[in-house]
Amino acid sequence: MLKEGQVRIPSGCAISAVISKEGKRMNGEKIIESMKPMHDRSNGLGGGFAAYGIYPEYRQQYALHVFCNDKICKDECEKFLKESFEVVKSEYIPTRKIPEITDEPIIRRYFVSPLSSVLSSMQLDEKEYVVRIVTKINTEMKGVYVFSCGKNMGAFKAVGFPEDVGRFYKLEEYEGYCWTAHGRYPTNTPGWWGGAHPFALLDYTIVHNGEISSYDANRRFIEMFGYKCNLQTDTEVITYIADYLLRRQGLTLNETASVIAAPFWKTIKNKPRAEREKLTYLRTVFSSLLVTGPFSIILGFEGGLMALNDRLKLRSMVVGEYEDKVYIASEEAAIRAMEPLAQNIYSPAGGEAVIIKVKDGDINGR
Amino acid sequence: MTSINATGYDFVDLNNQIRKSEKICELNNCLGQRFISAGLKNKIITINGTPGNALGAYLNGAEITVNGNAQDAVGDTMNDGKIVIHGNIGDAAGYAMRGGSIYVKGNAGYRAGIHMKEYKDKIPAIVIGGKAGSFLGEYQAGGIIIVLGLKCSNEIVGNFPCTGMHGGKMLLKSDCKNVRFPENLSVKAATADDMKEFEKYISEFCRLFGADKEQIMNSPFTIITPDTKNPYKQMYVMN
Repeated sequence: MLKEGQVRIPSGCAISAVISKEGKRMNGEKIIESMKPMHDRSNGLGGGFAAYGIYPEYRQQYALHVFCNDKICKDECEKFLKESFEVVKSEYIPTRKIPEITDEPIIRRYFVSPLSSVLSSMQLDEKEYVVRIVTKINTEMKGVYVFSCGKNMGAFKAVGFPEDVGRFYKLEEYEGYCWTAHGRYPTNTPGWWGGAHPFALLDYTIVHNGEISSYDANRRFIEMFGYKCNLQTDTEVITYIADYLLRRQGLTLNETASVIAAPFWKTIKNKPRAEREKLTYLRTVFSSLLVTGPFSIILGFEGGLMALNDRLKLRSMVVGEYEDKVYIASEEAAIRAMEPLAQNIYSPAGGEAVIIKVKDGDINGR
Repeated sequence: MTSINATGYDFVDLNNQIRKSEKICELNNCLGQRFISAGLKNKIITINGTPGNALGAYLNGAEITVNGNAQDAVGDTMNDGKIVIHGNIGDAAGYAMRGGSIYVKGNAGYRAGIHMKEYKDKIPAIVIGGKAGSFLGEYQAGGIIIVLGLKCSNEIVGNFPCTGMHGGKMLLKSDCKNVRFPENLSVKAATADDMKEFEKYISEFCRLFGADKEQIMNSPFTIITPDTKNPYKQMYVMN
């Protein structure tokens, strides 16, 4: 079977998200409901979810979610993890046998801490070390794929329709303050488990509706900084761009949005001076990270999320609110499925970042 | 009148129910089903809830009223009939529309009226009560687009309106001082004579949504039309 990288995949897709600004935790039922009215946007070849605040009891550890093709791969992976980390807990991710989801790999979860002696000898901070180990596994270890590696959060993905994927992973048993979801519509290839969204690195996750035409330019640039685009799906590179700009370059979310979905030069020219200079600087310095082509994305991170459309707005995205919650989805119907009484429904403009953050200190849930 | 509870129906079943219904039909609890009333004539349909994309695609004479917002591609390629939205609409409303009318109480998303066209007496019209997103009337080839910008503090259209426009007319209730239009278009203040042509659409809008017609008609409007009969002369080929 040809996987991504051997064949190119343009995708259609559905995305949705919910976040509680109060940091109140909710289980996965609502976000699964949101994908049902958008069923026809996917074709059953990929569905996934990211959940934040779900592992408060292991909040100090990095939660690695891993697909292994077989037991040999699993043993090899575990041996390497034990050499690289203190493994605090190792277990299967609970799943439910349902006829809609088949051919699952071995799906494991490890809560790990980098060894401080290793960190000091390598002169790396914790996060950079985790990124390097995960990149090494995903690049060099055949049949093993770490698809989630943040603290107190996790991605769950599979081949199938998203509402079935949610049931498969028993998401009703997890409670998080923020959820994102994706239904996939790859049209050229069979799709595989690792190719489903979200794409995650540390606490950054991306769900994406669209198809970016700048993929190769973005990939060439980002690979200079140690990232490896192993899956060659367009979405993967956006995750690495987010990590590079936010964590390594220290840009703000708005600045990151101005790089990824930079305004046209014509638009920049008419801005007030200070803003014009800043936008010109960002577009010039990070010109290779401009993402072109149609996209609507939701970037999840510890304590919040950011939704962003391409500057031409070639994909739909709607935002709504109710009480402490903010909802984002490809279609209003998805928001109504989560909260029929949602208010202040609006569509952000192309390139307009919508940033929602949980009130300080509340991200570990109540 | 037939009343249909849309809960649990996919778009195929729901459209079959509508086709089988009496002439007057009411849909309740609509949630994201696509293509509602596609290609229909001789029906009067009221929708409560949130209809899915491509509402009234290829509509051929039916009348649709939505008590709420509608999603993307309302009236895609519609031929005849009327769609009334008591809320906002998503992107690409009236995509390639060739007849009939769409009235929106609130705002429109991006690319409203993209590639509308007309032929002889088939002149489609979109009237937007609030503001319109960017690329309004992109590649407009015919028909009428009216934006009233009621209850709207800043500009009533987004960026790049009328990109590629080469037919039809656009009427904006604004002096458009801060709006940049492409070249090859005629942009001028609407005269009393011009307004006569649009009065019936504005009257209908006010009748449907209860706005003050006199106040609207007495406001400054800008009318935009292609500058020549052949705006792309010698742009691509030596014609």
